[in-house]
Amino acid sequence: MVPVATFRHITIGQYIPGESLLHRLDPRTKILVTLLLVVGLFFIDTYLGYGLAALYIALAIFRSGIPPRFLFRGLRPVIIIILLTFMLNSFMTEGEILWQWGFLTLTKEGLSKGGMLAIRLILLIVGTSILTLTTSPLALTDGLESLLRPGKRIGIPAHELAMMMTIALRFIPTLLEETEKIMKAQMARGADFESGNLLQRARSLLPLLVPLFVSAFRRADDLAVAMEARCYRGGEGRTKLKQLAFHTTDFLVLVGSSFFVLWLAFSM
Amino acid sequence: MMGNKDSFITVDKVSFSYTGESGAAEGTALDQVSLNIAAGEFVAIVGHNGSGKSTLAKHLNGLLLPTSGDVWVAGMNTKDEQHRWDIRQTVGMVFQNPDNQIVAATVEEDVAFGPENLGLPTELIRSRVDEALAVVGMSEYAEAPPHSLSGGQKQRVAIAGVIAMRPRCLVLDEPTAMLDPVGRREVMETISRLNEEEGITVVLITHFMDEAVKAHRVVVMDEGKIVQEGQPAAVFQEIDLLRELRLDVPPVIELASRLRAKSLALPEAILTVDEMVTALCQLRSEV
Repeated sequence: MVPVATFRHITIGQYIPGESLLHRLDPRTKILVTLLLVVGLFFIDTYLGYGLAALYIALAIFRSGIPPRFLFRGLRPVIIIILLTFMLNSFMTEGEILWQWGFLTLTKEGLSKGGMLAIRLILLIVGTSILTLTTSPLALTDGLESLLRPGKRIGIPAHELAMMMTIALRFIPTLLEETEKIMKAQMARGADFESGNLLQRARSLLPLLVPLFVSAFRRADDLAVAMEARCYRGGEGRTKLKQLAFHTTDFLVLVGSSFFVLWLAFSM
Repeated sequence: MMGNKDSFITVDKVSFSYTGESGAAEGTALDQVSLNIAAGEFVAIVGHNGSGKSTLAKHLNGLLLPTSGDVWVAGMNTKDEQHRWDIRQTVGMVFQNPDNQIVAATVEEDVAFGPENLGLPTELIRSRVDEALAVVGMSEYAEAPPHSLSGGQKQRVAIAGVIAMRPRCLVLDEPTAMLDPVGRREVMETISRLNEEEGITVVLITHFMDEAVKAHRVVVMDEGKIVQEGQPAAVFQEIDLLRELRLDVPPVIELASRLRAKSLALPEAILTVDEMVTALCQLRSEV
């Protein structure tokens, strides 16, 4: 009934801790391979190619030890989009007519194109889910920072972005807890967050958002002073407790996957 | 001039006023404050809200710079840009709200934040983090996310984060104000242990008089000035002055004073319940 209780058990990201080969890979390897796979999937236009890509992803899932139901959970919110893509392409593409009803014409080419797009979307989502399921948000942040570092020369603030992500990860649970507290306090004074139309509901959120923002700014101020007191002066000259280590396995996975995906993209 | 020779931190005739947006001074927070803190000392600074005690604390590691006067830390002037980070490393600071000073998403990453900023090598950061967590008794929570901890535990993590930088002095700005009694006790025990066993100089800003009693020296502030200073036993005898400054008098001290008024021959140095019990038992055996 009340959404308040649901906040407590929220987890950030979908990381499932484990000791598998995929878990132990350097986050940079996983990010790069995932990126390559995402781009590669857009170049494949044969069913055989998608079959091979699916096989590759299935192998990764198998090696990760992640129960497949977690991967399909990620598909649930986009199932409508996938279906819509499939239908639109099936009925809107011109070609050999298989079935007709009023203005709806199902074509052979359309069916093939729609099917391919649907498979592409599914593989994209499942493929990227493997990354977030086997890599903790912290490792992901470290990996991104390290990969973006060469971009510093062209003005990409790698360290600042990573620091922002770290702080966001740290404060999301705190702010959720606070939201819950403010909600209860406002409800105790008769606030109603559930009834009325969309506009009324949006308005009822105002007494929740204002104190939340005020408090977030105060926290930011406090945190800035605390960080300065602990000698924080930007990314320059900073070292790390946990250093990323690129092992032989990473090299093999990166090179092997790159060749495979490139071959798929250009020959299929 | 290098400040007092025996003094580790010297506050020399410091005045400070907050400036408004127009750049005009908006009230004086500190007014000609002078204070010497020796290495290894445990000093408590007490005062009512707005007495300037937090402002003074922020001067001790250069988070605020005096409008006039000087602050010297181990011979370094806080106004000297080139010593800024040395001073911040020498004088660590713990703040009131435990939530707003933890930066990272796991306990050990947070404790590592200071050493990482100092640019220490990875192995050294690891040993400093493990050591600091052990000192505050939080080793088993190394990988826990901070939001899963109690207030007292979070504050101990914040202390560990400062200890990992190997400061010689710890300034704590009302570290127990937002904690429950259990958390307060945990934090106070940690502070006392750091002072006694690790020899770290402690400056504790507090409005709990029963915490100030544990210090070697109590400094009482009001309206930006130091109005009283001395050993707890002496400072807390002046119950009328404390009342006038709207400070609580610990019940034991008040009881001792009332009993003395009834011409019971109690010694001056009664600050805790235990001391009171001992004194009363002695009186009884003498009768």
